[in-house]
Amino acid sequence: MAYSEKVIDHYEHPRNVGNFGSTRDVKGRKDIGVGLVGAPECGDVMQLQIKVDHETGTIKDARFKCFGCGSAIASSSLATEWLRGRSLKDGLAIKNTEIVEELSLPPVKIHCSVLAEDAIRSAIDDYRRKNGFAVPDDKRIESN
Amino acid sequence: MAVKTPIYMDNAATTRVDPRVLDVMLPYFSEIYGNAASRNHQFGWAAEEAVSRARTQAADLIGAGPKEIIWTSGSTESNNLAIKGAARMHEKAPPGSEGRGHIITSAIEHKAVLDPCKRLAKEGFDVTFLSPGSDGIVTVDDIAQAIRDDTILVTIMWANNEIGTINQIPRIGELCHEKGIIFHTDATQWVGKMPTDVTADGIDLLSWSGHKIYGPNGVGALYIRRRKPRVRLVAQIDGGGHERGFRSGTLNVPAIVGFGAACEICQQEMQDEAQRLFVLRRRLEDGVTTALDAVQINGHPDKRLPHVTNISFGYVEGESMMMSISDIACSSGSACTSASLEPSYVLKGLGVGDDMAHSSLRLSLGRFTTEEEVDYTVEKIVHAVKKLRELSPLYDMAMEGIDITKVQWDEH
Repeated sequence: MAYSEKVIDHYEHPRNVGNFGSTRDVKGRKDIGVGLVGAPECGDVMQLQIKVDHETGTIKDARFKCFGCGSAIASSSLATEWLRGRSLKDGLAIKNTEIVEELSLPPVKIHCSVLAEDAIRSAIDDYRRKNGFAVPDDKRIESN
Repeated sequence: MAVKTPIYMDNAATTRVDPRVLDVMLPYFSEIYGNAASRNHQFGWAAEEAVSRARTQAADLIGAGPKEIIWTSGSTESNNLAIKGAARMHEKAPPGSEGRGHIITSAIEHKAVLDPCKRLAKEGFDVTFLSPGSDGIVTVDDIAQAIRDDTILVTIMWANNEIGTINQIPRIGELCHEKGIIFHTDATQWVGKMPTDVTADGIDLLSWSGHKIYGPNGVGALYIRRRKPRVRLVAQIDGGGHERGFRSGTLNVPAIVGFGAACEICQQEMQDEAQRLFVLRRRLEDGVTTALDAVQINGHPDKRLPHVTNISFGYVEGESMMMSISDIACSSGSACTSASLEPSYVLKGLGVGDDMAHSSLRLSLGRFTTEEEVDYTVEKIVHAVKKLRELSPLYDMAMEGIDITKVQWDEH
């Protein structure tokens, strides 16, 4: 399978790998939003953590871990790069199609970008929920 | 010592043509180019003589007579001819049966057996797809329990192509003979690597292929028993009546010559080669299992081919691993590497979880594999797994003591 240079670059030098603490540690931290999407049986799981500045509502930092193919790793690595410094609202505006375009993902790998978009949404929703903001039930509608 | 890359660890997919085989083949492309069916001139006679020599070499490798060998284009065709040809001997329902007859196979056969069986199921045959135990072995007891009064054919592979496990073939063959049922085995991964004697092993039909035994692509053979019982297969390709009517079509003389030469070399070198490859395979398996935790070798620990290993590296996805070891050619059971986007049905058939199937690599060694290549492969795999586990949320969770099978995953 031929990957684009950008996928290979992210795969070989993944950006912002890691987390802000173990699953248990970050559960109670109100400044951290955690997204965990996918399933091992499906061959990809993404974990995305964001650290948010309460005052400004900006994403100060983002970290990821990913079990999945090269495209899944590249998509989640790219997501952390794009999230850092954005407002929550701008974070939610990231579309999977932009990830597909940036990484030149082939059609069979589009689901990796969808998973990355889901991880972003899930991490932002987690932060909002912890801080008492309303989280829309239907994530898809909100994204459109 | 520097190892020359890329390294080939995919000998269960295909093998390099042995240079000795190639040498024997070459004149048949240029000087000796006759049609083996031309009975009236010396070009034809020379070709026929070469084909006949190859037939003896092939027959000798499996303990058969030369008249029991039919040339085909490869194992897929041999399997199709054996399975469809044997089933279609039964035009009417056997006594006591409403359908056209019962066929037994296993769920972990190669597609070249599964798909012909599925075709026959559509034509009115009743097919049982047996699931092996978690060790991947189809036993004589599994077959005994599945046999019915109207069973007409049993087709079970000798050794599995993905995990290398060896089924109880001589015993299954004996059982089928006791019951008067035709027994076919797809021996593509077995013949040429391990000793074969179709008479002692109770086999009626046996398929194998040139390109798995260091011979050329596009040529295979089917053994068809002539005595006790004589198997009168129904031909699947008509036209000209070549190969005693079983398989029409002008013979691919250079490939057949290569097939014969490959068989002879295998027969002479098999014993030493199997021993050498067994030692190398163990070196590879020991290398990765001592350096890494959460590694599982799929299939029976001992009843396996000497040169094939299938290993799941927990919490790491197969395709991303292959990206990391891109200078090593191997296969994965991961969905991402398959056209269907489904994880390996063989590993699923063994009850290996989908997560471990996604994490599997098949490495298959061969005649030209060196110890240095094995050591390099171990080093690269260990490095890749460690790197990818640093990226893996599942590995973190496992280290934290979270049972990932109990997590409520949101499946896509």
